[in-house]
Amino acid sequence: MKSTLQLDAKGLSCPMPIVKTKKAIDTLASGEILEVQVTDKGALADIPAWAKAGGHIILDKAEDAGVITFFIQKA
Amino acid sequence: MSVLKWSAAEVAKKVINNEELFILDVRNADAFEDWKIDGHKFEYLNIPYFELLDGVEDILPKIPTDKDVLVVCAKEGSSLMVAEMLSEAGRTGAYLAGGMKTWSEYLEPIKVGDLTGGGELYQFVRLGKGCLSYMVISEGEAAIIDAVRFTDTFTSFAEEKNVNIKYVFDTHLHADHISGGRHIAATTGATYYLPPKDAEEVVFDYTPLLDGTTVQVGASKIDVGAIYSPGHTIGSTSFVVDSKYLLTGDILFIDSIGRPDLAGLAEDWVGDLRETLYKRYRELSNDLIVLPAHFMIIDELNEDGTVAKHLGQLFAENHGLNIKDEAEFRSVVTEHLPPQPNAYQDIRQVNMGKITPTQEEQTEMEIGPNRCAVR
Repeated sequence: MKSTLQLDAKGLSCPMPIVKTKKAIDTLASGEILEVQVTDKGALADIPAWAKAGGHIILDKAEDAGVITFFIQKA
Repeated sequence: MSVLKWSAAEVAKKVINNEELFILDVRNADAFEDWKIDGHKFEYLNIPYFELLDGVEDILPKIPTDKDVLVVCAKEGSSLMVAEMLSEAGRTGAYLAGGMKTWSEYLEPIKVGDLTGGGELYQFVRLGKGCLSYMVISEGEAAIIDAVRFTDTFTSFAEEKNVNIKYVFDTHLHADHISGGRHIAATTGATYYLPPKDAEEVVFDYTPLLDGTTVQVGASKIDVGAIYSPGHTIGSTSFVVDSKYLLTGDILFIDSIGRPDLAGLAEDWVGDLRETLYKRYRELSNDLIVLPAHFMIIDELNEDGTVAKHLGQLFAENHGLNIKDEAEFRSVVTEHLPPQPNAYQDIRQVNMGKITPTQEEQTEMEIGPNRCAVR
């Protein structure tokens, strides 16, 4: 999937993955896609919950060798 | 205003002393719904931390200024962030060190009572998980029943009391938490007992715990006697300590009874559960004080923080002991059961010695409430 912006939040623990994701999303225009990689297990539930609260859409989620990648489309 | 860091022990004191506390839980709504810090006089506000990234101004009116406020999250990071924001907004910000992870692991030893000849019985209350472990102490010796995995807590306590741990028991193969039993036995040289019917797949050595097995603790020879009481698992065994206390494991709780499905055989074991609760236990003295291996809700705690009640009182008040119709009983304990505990199948594998996860993995497995009961 093609993303507008990539964010590496690997190795960061809660709340930093969400804090950085929010900052990155704030720089995008509506409809653009952020690709974010995290390793903190808490983010697995928190990123979708955060996205839902803000109306952003999780287009895809993949897990590979402990790294979780989200594709988030800005509302 | 400064940010205060609270330990799990300080929160435990608030629970046990029935004090007031306002908890701002900043985990997501599902996590809060599933499991939180319970206190008799606690109030709660659940706002996920990711909704507070732009500031806490919107929620300030909902946060009291006349009582202690504690911010709680899963592991600490988010609660520290929110506590700092509260502090910047002129409030006192306090957060729980280690978050729910540490809360889940905290153990509070509380004395249940004195035993014959100067012995003592202690209950180790794991408030965050609802697990209860026991230590019988008598003149230089100790027996431990249903120890959780924080083995240092038990060995340090024994050192403090100047007793040698001689016997370690598990009432059954646990499915909701990881047992510390065999590890305590290995480091202290104690004998580790497990019911053989629960231990068919275990890969370590143990001493069979059978109906009628009795050990005597210390010079005053406190009797710890086993009664086979299947139903939660096929091996589940209870203990009578000093002819005064009945340790019921996961068969009978204060306000509920054990569920028969965690090893996958609800239909097969419901008859055993019925037999144990409605026949075997009825033959025992009503004066025995029941000490279970779990509590599910904070209302099950007594004023002093212990979880204990007379057997006779439970026969009168516990719904699970008062279902006259056998078919109805069968339906209650096999249908519409609550969700199973987190990772219960993996936890059973750990307790059989088949897998050995890291400490961090063990913590993850034990997240959440224990869910061993049906009400």
